[in-house]
Amino acid sequence: MLDLNPKLARGWSRMGPRAVYGQILYELAKTNPNLMALSADLGRSSGLDRFSKDFPDQFLNVGIAEQNLVGISAGLARMEFDVFASTFAPFASLRAGDQVRMNMGYMQEPVRLVGLASGLALGFLGNSHYGLEDVAVLRSIPGITIISPADCFELYQCILASFSYDGPIYIRLTGGVNMPIVYDADYEFNILKVDVLREVSDVTVIAAGSTLGYAKQAVDQLNDTDTKVGLVNVHTIKPIDKDFIASLEGNCKNLVVFEEHNVIGGLGSAIIDALDQAKIRSIEVIRYGVNDEYPKAGDYNYMIKSLGLDTVSIKNKIIEVIQS
Amino acid sequence: MVDILCVLYEDILMFDANNPYCKERDIFILSKGHCVLGWYAVLNEFGLMNKATFDTFQTNGSDLIAHPVKNLSLGIESSNGSLGQGLSFGLGIALGIKKRSQERDVYVVMGDGECNEGAVWETAASAAELGIANLTSIVDINNLRNDGPNSTYMNTKTLPAIWTAFGWNVIEVDGHSHCEIKQGLEEAKTVQTKPTAILAHTIKGKGVSFMENNNEWHHNRITKNVYERILEEWQQNA
Repeated sequence: MLDLNPKLARGWSRMGPRAVYGQILYELAKTNPNLMALSADLGRSSGLDRFSKDFPDQFLNVGIAEQNLVGISAGLARMEFDVFASTFAPFASLRAGDQVRMNMGYMQEPVRLVGLASGLALGFLGNSHYGLEDVAVLRSIPGITIISPADCFELYQCILASFSYDGPIYIRLTGGVNMPIVYDADYEFNILKVDVLREVSDVTVIAAGSTLGYAKQAVDQLNDTDTKVGLVNVHTIKPIDKDFIASLEGNCKNLVVFEEHNVIGGLGSAIIDALDQAKIRSIEVIRYGVNDEYPKAGDYNYMIKSLGLDTVSIKNKIIEVIQS
Repeated sequence: MVDILCVLYEDILMFDANNPYCKERDIFILSKGHCVLGWYAVLNEFGLMNKATFDTFQTNGSDLIAHPVKNLSLGIESSNGSLGQGLSFGLGIALGIKKRSQERDVYVVMGDGECNEGAVWETAASAAELGIANLTSIVDINNLRNDGPNSTYMNTKTLPAIWTAFGWNVIEVDGHSHCEIKQGLEEAKTVQTKPTAILAHTIKGKGVSFMENNNEWHHNRITKNVYERILEEWQQNA
């Protein structure tokens, strides 16, 4: 177990979630010979360079072959290895989508599939590499848990928690280097429970992944004035925390969801589905994300700004909701 | 294909009908999942499935449908039906077996039409590269697919050359000769450095004159009348 302190949080934030993912697996492999890390020629992009050198028997690069990545991972999971398989999010969810459906959905083989650099993290690489559809695709496959860690400490918590969790998991990594820090110390993480960061209010913001960090900055700036805005980290997009959803009735009027994903099928949709299932009709959900388009590409900061997912834009949108 | 399964279950596979979860068992995967009906019959014959379960075939809500559904208690290791995936899952298991230093083999029965699927070749390349010798694919080459003969689009005549080029040990057999199938599978066991592909040349619908090489029977229903015609033909030939 690592000592989670503010200094490490800053260091990890500078490295970004991909490099930290590799480092976390490295730390775990020191005492876990049963851990296997696989990738489809993105070992370096998964921060697994050192891992592959020091634990060669626990690393496998299957080549640029994502379908095979998922199939082999499922077979190893059947043999009771602790399997982590990483590739860029669209290749994990769409290129290998049928393998994910058959092996992780239908057969429930407990692979941890890691969608690297999802959302807009890959900047100038463009829409071929963005993860704008992964949540929508994987949400529709029964039996796959989808977790979108807010920062590097939450990634660590989520990986640790996966060892005592049954079933296949998709871990959606978003954000890049210098991503905002949400957690800078140890905290209680439960895959099945949301983390209420700022008390639920008439207007409450919902986010996950790197967007949460920007949303937190925006909400805190507003709360420093005389407004009161709630903020909830819905790190686990599926299954949604039903107790939390039920608790909203009567305590909230507007849920404002921000996500680096197509507004169709993502976190916002998951929230609407959950409210609908709970028969809660009194809450309006407003979704902000990528508005069902392939946006013109640019660097990460340009992307989140132009799509309205940076701190300033999030703040302005919350104000709009408050004033409406 | 049933000939291949009979030889596998009679002579090759390590399994315990009384303990389908036996840790030493070999793994069998029917990647060409649409042929599952023939496999159910074999599982029934070899004691992994009882008659009562067998008789639930394609009744509403049954575990036994027209494609395999993972059911370890019946010896069904994986869900298939979406072609081109069984070999990859089998490779993962075979690799895991090797890493655990166990003496177990993985057998995957595939179709020649299934070899059209690109995912097959991702796995073929990596299995050879990894030197996974405890993985054997058996390709049922009957030259017919859903829409007709393989020769009309994406010919499979080149399969021996392709599997060889991908680094596999290739053995061609008459897929209805139990002797040749058995010899091929036994030879595969002796190869230590690479996976083996048994290319089994077969006749679709083998054994029934009006079904042989007749693609009407790729997917069709045996009515009581047809069933009686088959029995009559067999009695005449006996």
